[in-house]
Amino acid sequence: MEVLLYTILTLCVLGVLAAIVLYFVAQKFRVEEDPRIDCVEKMLPGANCGGCGFAGCRGMAEALVKRDDISALFCPVGGGDTMKAVAAYLGKAAAEKEPQVATVRCGGTCDKRPRTNRYDGASSCAVSASLYAGDTGCSFGCLGHGDCVKVCAFDAIRINPATGLPEVDADKCTACGACVKACPKKIIELRKKWPKNRAVYVSCVSHDKGAVVMKACKAGCIGCGKCEKVCPFGAITVEGNLAYIDPQKCKLCRKCVNECPTGAIRLVGMEPLPKAPKAAAPAAAPKAAAPKAAATEGPKLVPLKASALDPLRLLNPLKTVLPAKAAAAEDRPLVPLKEAAVHPLRQLKH
Amino acid sequence: MANKLIVSPSPHVQSTQSTATIMRDVVIALLPALVVSTVVFGTGVLAVTALSVAACVLFEYLIQRFLVKGSCTICNWSAVVTGVLLAFNLPASIPWWIVLIGAFVAIAVAKMTFGGLGKNPFNPALVGRVFLLIAYPVQMTSFPAPVSGALDALSGATPLAAVKHGVEAGIVPMQDLLLGNMPGSLGEVASLALVLGFVYLLWRKVITWHVPVTVLATMALFAFVVALSRGGDAALLWQFPLFHILAGGALLGSIFMATDYATSPMTVRGAVIYAVGIGAITMCIRLWGAYPEGMSFAILIMNSVTPLLNKYVKPTRFGVK
Amino acid sequence: MGGVHPSENKLSRAKAIEALPLPEVVQIPLAQHIGAPATAVVAKGDKVLTGQLIAEATGFMSANIHAPISGTVQSVDLQPNGQGVRQMMITIKREGDEWVETIDRSTELVKECTLAPQEIIAKIKAAGIVGMGGATFPTQVKLSVPPGKKAECLIINGVECEPYLTSDHRTMLEHGEELLVGVTILMKAIGVRKAYIGIENNKPDAIAHLRSLAAAYAGVEVVPLKVRYPQGGEKQLIAAVTGRQVPPPPALPIDVGAVVCNASTTYAVYRAVQKNMPLIERVVTITGKGLKEPKNLLTRMGTPITTLLEAAGGLPEDAGKVINGGPMMGRAMVNLASPVTKGCSGVTVMSGRDAERKTAGQCMKCAKCVEACPMGLEPYYLSKMTQKKNWDEIEAQMITSCIECGCCQSTCPAYLPLLDWIRLGKQTTMGIIRARMAAAAPKK
Repeated sequence: MEVLLYTILTLCVLGVLAAIVLYFVAQKFRVEEDPRIDCVEKMLPGANCGGCGFAGCRGMAEALVKRDDISALFCPVGGGDTMKAVAAYLGKAAAEKEPQVATVRCGGTCDKRPRTNRYDGASSCAVSASLYAGDTGCSFGCLGHGDCVKVCAFDAIRINPATGLPEVDADKCTACGACVKACPKKIIELRKKWPKNRAVYVSCVSHDKGAVVMKACKAGCIGCGKCEKVCPFGAITVEGNLAYIDPQKCKLCRKCVNECPTGAIRLVGMEPLPKAPKAAAPAAAPKAAAPKAAATEGPKLVPLKASALDPLRLLNPLKTVLPAKAAAAEDRPLVPLKEAAVHPLRQLKH
Repeated sequence: MANKLIVSPSPHVQSTQSTATIMRDVVIALLPALVVSTVVFGTGVLAVTALSVAACVLFEYLIQRFLVKGSCTICNWSAVVTGVLLAFNLPASIPWWIVLIGAFVAIAVAKMTFGGLGKNPFNPALVGRVFLLIAYPVQMTSFPAPVSGALDALSGATPLAAVKHGVEAGIVPMQDLLLGNMPGSLGEVASLALVLGFVYLLWRKVITWHVPVTVLATMALFAFVVALSRGGDAALLWQFPLFHILAGGALLGSIFMATDYATSPMTVRGAVIYAVGIGAITMCIRLWGAYPEGMSFAILIMNSVTPLLNKYVKPTRFGVK
Repeated sequence: MGGVHPSENKLSRAKAIEALPLPEVVQIPLAQHIGAPATAVVAKGDKVLTGQLIAEATGFMSANIHAPISGTVQSVDLQPNGQGVRQMMITIKREGDEWVETIDRSTELVKECTLAPQEIIAKIKAAGIVGMGGATFPTQVKLSVPPGKKAECLIINGVECEPYLTSDHRTMLEHGEELLVGVTILMKAIGVRKAYIGIENNKPDAIAHLRSLAAAYAGVEVVPLKVRYPQGGEKQLIAAVTGRQVPPPPALPIDVGAVVCNASTTYAVYRAVQKNMPLIERVVTITGKGLKEPKNLLTRMGTPITTLLEAAGGLPEDAGKVINGGPMMGRAMVNLASPVTKGCSGVTVMSGRDAERKTAGQCMKCAKCVEACPMGLEPYYLSKMTQKKNWDEIEAQMITSCIECGCCQSTCPAYLPLLDWIRLGKQTTMGIIRARMAAAAPKK
């Protein structure tokens, strides 16, 4: 009993002594810091993704507190709301940025862009890109090893095994830009995030000449310039055989989508414009002969191949029922499984 | 051409060695000692070894399959090596259930917890052995006498334990030390067979000479200095070092356990420091510690230093003076 | 220190150099050397003669390019190279075989060279000679010893440690005399009295041949070397011959007083200086276990690789990988219609299972890569840190010293793609260092 008592007492005394020592040491080596940094850090999302340009949220918080002008700082994950809250707390003016979303600009799926060789090195886009042009005829397109997936801290980007291409879950994406930096081919771009995740963009980054693109990929931009001419807002420019839609100028009018001969312009979250029957009929005829070009002419949200096979839908896309049902109705939802499965759901949700 | 060309960065040549061939070579190198041990202690040796190997492989398979859910790693033979080494560290008369516990500690606790092959900080077989030594000291230190029964004076006690208890070194005839005709763990007694295994590993380029030779040299030097300080006759000056190299687990430990890839340093210089540490600590434990044998403790202690050695002892860079 | 000894597989060692018939069409990339791509001086439709300048060096670090055949320029545009990357290339369609008049095409040996060092270097520059061992460093840059540095010896690299390849070996055997004249010319150009020809012990015939010839040339010594890949690496060769180690980058061989030149390059120097022959052809080893007839072919630059493959009996059925160069450092090709360039010492065809990498396992810290690294680096660690994007750490661990020899990866029993990652880490680190230097420069 006595032993037990002494043991407990000794331990207690030791504990108190250690606590006192620790207290004084902590006082001695204390780093004076603005207490607001802690508060601001708590207001930030705490993802430590580096999207703001700092190594972590702590660095961002320090900068927010210390700098007088914080308009150059922006937390892409927290977005405008977080920035407003922080700015209100600090009494400074916050930067305002419209929400953005990472956009994968390559449409070279496995069946549109045949593999011409087999890569056998380390599974990394960066390694593959520094070695050679890639395992397809296109030296600009997605390599599919998922460097973007590996860096995403939000599980917002995945490689779709059916297409071999990464797909962004727009609801999870925080536009931190990690994937944009990781992509050695500079395929991923942060673009304006429209309501209901709508988007129109050129899903190709190839600067090759039209003939080279056609040979390598059935969904590439050939730089024909038709979209540039049809765009009423001057949002489209063609430079170096490649069209680019300026997200700031684009109003989602979708005229370019119908014009694109290869389907390189992607439409997400919306029905395509109805085609004038006159224009559609002659357009459909040669395309039936060459189904590769017709593939993406149909509504974007239904399986690509299926829509190509269905001339009715091609002629009158407006008749298309809800894509989810459409997908279910098809005998085989062939290509973009995830697209068919996820996007329509999201559409319903909104 | 029908097939697609394969593209990969250089080099386009790969090693003829693989993890599996290396581990298999270690097992082959251990076989002579197993044979000698069977001759010395009887067929119980085979039973213990078989049980240990089977248990290690089974535990690794189960953990990999159901807990880690990774690809099957038992084909790389590393669990077999752990199993044989664990068995070699046990007395031939050990109860079967202790072998199972040892195998479980070695594989589940010491190896797979850290991520399996190459990631374990401590030698799995030795962790298993030391756990058993502390948990079941009686069973772990009752060694059967050799079948031939020639050594009445030492039956039940290893030469090292005998020395610890005041018996003069050199009491065990040299030929018995070499051939394994003495009590001890089942793999540690067959000195010549272990050296044969060492030569095989060197020939197959599985290990380099640095660690084993340095460990043994350090021990010999240590013993020599101690013998010198104790005075005594001149014969002891060579008998004492030789006895310490041949008795106990010095050879088994230095050749097969200290050279374990994952737990030994990556550079030659680091490995030499590590080996000197093992030799010195072993001798300290043997001469002044509570246990008659210190090889396993010494290796485990130096295993814990390995990450530091990897961090601070770098290879000689080309062109840097 | 370090190194490995892969199977030599010198299948074509006993095959005499054979001249490939003139190709009908050639593609000449403007970037065949390290440094700035050359600038084309011909346009579509121009008629060119064999040996005529078709692209001029752009700046100091660049090299001239000459027409390897006579004919009409069909195009100057982007064409895919061996790796499928589009590069500027001049395409020439052959018409006859007409040469520039100043070129001496006789095989007669011209020993005497009365030119001054500067004139020699000017001639080498004009001929567009670059390192033919694979590094394609412009030779005139190498020979222009920077002020404040002094060359003490010339080392001729006849090591050819790369498995399979035999083009240097055959050149040394068949053009030994010319090579030695080339050595004396190079010695004169850099002002040294001593030259060593380093040859691996696996080429006793070349060692004996050059030794007997070298007796007549003052200051030229043949040095037999241990058979150990990468003995032919510039730094390894200097260390083996002179005992001096070149310090880590940015130091160069000249910092230890050595100038290294490949054996085939030396032969090309002889032809350029004594015969006015620009670098328009080279010996290419076409080899591989599956090939019917491995060969050493004297090939005009720009010849499609497919032509070489046909000359060697065609691509075998089970061919998996076609490598531009040898198996240790060569680059796998995707486009077999791509042309032979100045740095192409061989084409190696890997068949069947040799062509495929074995499945990578887990690192068991066996330290074989550390042991094998000839630069004293820790490949396992550099590879891991690159994957973790820890650029500061790999720079501190001297990743820039890596010579990408591939010893680590070829010795790894877990078949890990160590060099794949290290190369990426090295490139990234070099980029960071360059950016840092660029940021520091304007402040001065």
